[in-house]
Amino acid sequence: MYRLVPSPTARARLGAVAIAALACLAPPAHAGKTLDGIKSRGQLACGVSTGVIGFAAADSQGHWRGLDVDVCRAIAAAVLGDANKVRWVPLSAQQRFTALQSGEVDILSRNTTWSLTRDAALGLHFAGVTYYDGQGFMVAKKSKVSSAKQLKNAEICVQSGTTTEKNMSDYFRAQGIKVKPVVFDKFEPSIKAFFSGRCQAYTTDASALAFIRAKEAPNADDYTVLPEIISKEPLAPAVRRGDDEWFAIVKWTVNALIEAEELGITQARVDGLKASPDPAIQRFLGVGEDLGKSLGLDREWAARAVKAVGNYGEIFNRNVGADSPLKLPRGLNALWNKGGILYAQPLR
Amino acid sequence: MTPRNTARLAQALILAAFLGLAALLAVTTAEHLAQRGIRSGFDFLLEPAGFALGESLLAFEPEDTTLRAFAAGLANTLRVAVPGVLLALAVGVLTGFARMGDNPLVRGLASAAIDVFRNVPLLLQLLAWYFILTDLLPAADAALRLGPGVYLSKSGLALPWWGEQGFEPPEIAGFGIEGGARLTPEYLAMLLGLVLYSAAYIAETLRAAVEALPPGQRLAALAMGMTPRQAFLLVLLPQAWRAALPPVTSQLLNLFKNASLAVAIGYPDLVSVAGTSLNQTGRAIECLSIVIAVYLLLSLAAAALSHRLEARSLRGTPR
Repeated sequence: MYRLVPSPTARARLGAVAIAALACLAPPAHAGKTLDGIKSRGQLACGVSTGVIGFAAADSQGHWRGLDVDVCRAIAAAVLGDANKVRWVPLSAQQRFTALQSGEVDILSRNTTWSLTRDAALGLHFAGVTYYDGQGFMVAKKSKVSSAKQLKNAEICVQSGTTTEKNMSDYFRAQGIKVKPVVFDKFEPSIKAFFSGRCQAYTTDASALAFIRAKEAPNADDYTVLPEIISKEPLAPAVRRGDDEWFAIVKWTVNALIEAEELGITQARVDGLKASPDPAIQRFLGVGEDLGKSLGLDREWAARAVKAVGNYGEIFNRNVGADSPLKLPRGLNALWNKGGILYAQPLR
Repeated sequence: MTPRNTARLAQALILAAFLGLAALLAVTTAEHLAQRGIRSGFDFLLEPAGFALGESLLAFEPEDTTLRAFAAGLANTLRVAVPGVLLALAVGVLTGFARMGDNPLVRGLASAAIDVFRNVPLLLQLLAWYFILTDLLPAADAALRLGPGVYLSKSGLALPWWGEQGFEPPEIAGFGIEGGARLTPEYLAMLLGLVLYSAAYIAETLRAAVEALPPGQRLAALAMGMTPRQAFLLVLLPQAWRAALPPVTSQLLNLFKNASLAVAIGYPDLVSVAGTSLNQTGRAIECLSIVIAVYLLLSLAAAALSHRLEARSLRGTPR
């Protein structure tokens, strides 16, 4: 790199600078080493959102709660044997991919939509959908708008940093309607502007709309969510490319949470079911075959994950479903044999 | 080697080392991005942007290129920064005069205003102006009529302007006000926040410059029979202005840079467009370097201009 011929002292100085620079530039732990890194640190670094209730938000005691949070806790339980050994890294939409790419987090579990560009061009692997969402609109009831198609020339408040702006633009272009987005970088100003009447509509993922209407609106009954769902938003945890072993662990932990619901393995029944005669349950709990070995884990990895956070159905109900303030219906996120599209690849 | 040559050699070495490090950084970054399977490069600038802008000085549609989106963002930044600089200068000078005036009420008010606007973080001021505008103003269908064809509402200030069918006054229609020209609440809050914040600093700078003059200047002017007003305008101000010019131009440059806070209140400036593009394409380094380059270039150009102004203002002064 250096073809300079400086004096010996200057050369020594330059050398020191170059070494310091190289140290800064040296790549972090290499491919295949994510699991080793987590084990030696004794902690999983999990990138979450900066606060979306139901998915990832710190409660009044500072504990992170939510569906995305529970995915990380399940992985920590499977890998480290303790669901609490997680370092939470709240990331803005702009920071999230860089944080994962650069190795600051081991997994990004941050209501992130799985799309082709992100999968193929950002050096990421998405490890299975944890929530099927879609983008919708909310309007004030007194506007008498009952369909998104009536939003011609409307101003629509939106928080930047998602696929939201592009979906909205695509949808209205297809309808031949012009709308004006008012784009905010933070969540609070965006909803405050909407509820103050600055915009005629607010758009984001339908799950978040339900929450905003229930919890943030001055009066929930004054607002209504329009029937149109204008996009597919499969929210999925992501890992860096180049470490297939770690990718497999995350992918199969997500699968295990869903499979546990299919098999009827709940948080409360994990231990009791070890005596079950069902070979599928035995395999899952590591009583029979050892599935963990292929993943580089021990035989009880899946049992620990479910014991820590419950199966997918329990996670859903606790954070966003019937037992939560959001009260979202299972909808697409029900099991494939219960009217939804959740389908775990077989654990065998 | 003469000392002069040694100094030159040292400078050349430092420059070479710096350029070498910069090149090393660029090469290593590109290498690491490739290693991790992250696409990089500026090709995305020529792809369709795919998102719309709420308001734009430069006509912009989602099917236009990302490059044009950046240009539209920059135009929006300048749309708030250029009038902002002129207004801040005017308001700042007037407030500065008021602060130094003889009327105790005017002086007290100016002083209070300067203290408030200088000591509250700009981001908070912007949010405050924005929510004052959007909370207090009536909805578009009940807009305040300030004059023929001039409406003020939550969707902003609507003015008669030339449209597709010639000169057209705005009208209340559909979701809001259509026709004519419109200054959105986002734009108005940006302009108001930036102007008042910078003007407070300019007023203080001016006062400090006048007070720093030797008291003999004022006394001599009065002794020559000038009125206090004449002494201020003809003797004190011309001298103070020279001292105040560098900090004032630097404050105006700050105004331009502070305009990058626009995304907090939904105004689609350069930073906002870069943020959206970053999210659509994932090209974080590229989008940020464009913003940095644009701000650096424009700031350096403005700084060069202000140096020339300063040099001119010093012409003919004894040194």
